[in-house]
Amino acid sequence: MKLTGAEILCETLEHLGVRHLFGYPGGAILPVYDALGKSKLHHVLVRHEQGATHMADGYARASGGVGVAMATSGPGATNMVTGIATAMLDSSPVVCITGQVSSKLLGSDAFQEIDITGITMPITKHNVVVSRVEDIARTVREAFVIANSGRPGPVLVDITKDAQQASCDLNWDTCAPKLPVKRQRVSYEKAEFDRAVELLNSAKRPLILAGHGIMVSGAMRVFEQFVRTGNFPVAMTLLGIGCFPANDPMNLGMMGMHGEAWVNHAIQEADLLIAVGMRFDDRVTGDLRTYARDARKIHIEIDRSEINKNVKVDSALVGDAREVLEQLLPAIQHRERGDWLAHIRELKGDSAVRDIQGLPDNGHLYAAHVINDLWKETRGEAIVVTDVGQHQMWEAQYYHHNQPRSLVTSGGLGTMGFALPAAIGAKFAKPDADVWVVVGDGGFQMTMCELATIAQEKIKVNIAIINNGFLGMVRQWQEFFYDKRYVATPLVAPDFAALANAFGIRGERITSRADVTPTIRSARESNESVLIDFRVEQEDSVYPMVPAGGSLHEMIRRPNSPLVETAATEL
Amino acid sequence: MQTLVAYVENKPGVLNRVSSLARRLAINIDSLTVGPTDNEEIARMTIVAHTDERGAHRLEASLEKLVDVLLAENVSERPLLERDLALIKVTADQKTRPHLMELIKVFRARVIDVAPESLILEVSGTVDKIDGLLEVLRPFGVLEMARSGRIAMTRGGDLLRPPGAPPKNGELETAGSKA
Repeated sequence: MKLTGAEILCETLEHLGVRHLFGYPGGAILPVYDALGKSKLHHVLVRHEQGATHMADGYARASGGVGVAMATSGPGATNMVTGIATAMLDSSPVVCITGQVSSKLLGSDAFQEIDITGITMPITKHNVVVSRVEDIARTVREAFVIANSGRPGPVLVDITKDAQQASCDLNWDTCAPKLPVKRQRVSYEKAEFDRAVELLNSAKRPLILAGHGIMVSGAMRVFEQFVRTGNFPVAMTLLGIGCFPANDPMNLGMMGMHGEAWVNHAIQEADLLIAVGMRFDDRVTGDLRTYARDARKIHIEIDRSEINKNVKVDSALVGDAREVLEQLLPAIQHRERGDWLAHIRELKGDSAVRDIQGLPDNGHLYAAHVINDLWKETRGEAIVVTDVGQHQMWEAQYYHHNQPRSLVTSGGLGTMGFALPAAIGAKFAKPDADVWVVVGDGGFQMTMCELATIAQEKIKVNIAIINNGFLGMVRQWQEFFYDKRYVATPLVAPDFAALANAFGIRGERITSRADVTPTIRSARESNESVLIDFRVEQEDSVYPMVPAGGSLHEMIRRPNSPLVETAATEL
Repeated sequence: MQTLVAYVENKPGVLNRVSSLARRLAINIDSLTVGPTDNEEIARMTIVAHTDERGAHRLEASLEKLVDVLLAENVSERPLLERDLALIKVTADQKTRPHLMELIKVFRARVIDVAPESLILEVSGTVDKIDGLLEVLRPFGVLEMARSGRIAMTRGGDLLRPPGAPPKNGELETAGSKA
């Protein structure tokens, strides 16, 4: 039986196990929407195509599967660019399907024609134009393979309208993925492996830098065995959070620009860094000239182009984190490391004894309090989706994640406006999970139109706006580095609670500490989405902070103030 | 200067992906040549780039991440033959022609077109050789020049074949070759 290209696309997506997709219709993709109406796929109508890509991204990150976004040609496709770049920088498997003008019009500047494959070439793992109906099923299947294999990433498939309308037979055997046969490299020589083992077994002050790759490769279990066997303390990257439980005594916390002071000091004092599935981003290393100068480095990484890119390493084990760790595990010898672990505890003590939660209420509402209370009230079991900025760093510091894929955040690209749509995607991936958006008043205003998507889909996503009336992180930089000249950072916001009401969503405004926990509790107990506008201290800053380009150990610490860097880590 | 050899899918847009990648890595390409192979679905590229060994490693590894690049290899440190081809149109009148012919012989170039006031020379060889010929031709008046960019091949048994296509028995084998 012959099917149209549009029907084949829907059949193929179903065949690939897709249940939800996020999109926005338009002329060049209309045949597909007509077919969607007859398929079992659930289409979520977004309010802006950027939202569709973030939703697909949030879906992918929360589930570990592929997220699918759809848009029409021209502006529909270009609106996806930010979301695609976000997925690219954080290695998230997203497949974007865009409509394109008919093949005979290609290159004629037809209405809503744009060269979206040309535009997205540097921000996709791969992209392709499909102009023949016979190629649709195979290409989409290939897109899924590419998106979710090796180092994952976004793939865009641009399908011309005539290909959507034409018909052909659909046969799963003849449209099997047929990717180019590539050279298989030997991941690493035995000598490289032996050098790593030698370094691991002889190190006195080792430290693991745990990244997103552990989650992507599903290496959590073997990673834990690796940590136990070698007795290695663990520092996390932002995207690594969740790959190893925060409540594990060997987990020191987050590293980098706003990492915990003791973690950054431990990195600088280590004699061996074991980087697993992370890429030595500049936000993690600070000044490369002074970065971990006493440490030998082992880099376990699936992407060969990351080796020696930022930090020169002594042993590079190129491969899937789980496979490499499985191979290393039998060769690791147990070490006590009493002195080193005691020294790290000592570094930590300086901050940990001054627990922010133990301080008397001084009438101010601090973001750190809100997030710590959210952690307590959700028992650390929520999926938290954050935006970008101060609240994102406070979340990383004060919400302690024990489960993989329980923090969804834009790390590499730092995309404001990510949180709300990504949380919608996460909710579709994990409908039973307690999904919380933690977002600033700036980022929220970038994509708040997606409140309508929440209302239309009748899903439950709770929203905590950390509202300080500023573009807080930029304000903090202005405070530190531009002599407090707050240019373009104070910002007027609508009454968020009233705004939520306008969308048919319950809204609350909280100004005092005592109301935080009860409101969070009531939001969790509600069957509907609740937006809470937390009016927090306006000019609070995230500490510690390594100034951009500064040395990792030279952090700006919180000045004499009742607030300190950390909170209790026990519930 | 670093030299890379790559096998790529022979289809539209691949050259764009390769050159765009170099641009994104801020690596300046000195020359890039593409030509067919004995498999019509695969093309061979020689990329000569202004970068150091580290940059070449990044370029090589990043190229191999592209779906359409089957293999990329930095061959700069290997025993290597590199050739460039040039067509040079040079002013030549009755008076200068004999002198020119002598130079042409020394450089093992060939005259492939003769006009009353000019000649077209064809010369192949290393970049140095062609630059050397150009140097001596300049006083005569170089009117036009076209250069192919470099192609490169590793010496002897060091084979760089497209993946998925093992040499047939006896095909392309020389003494001492080890695939």
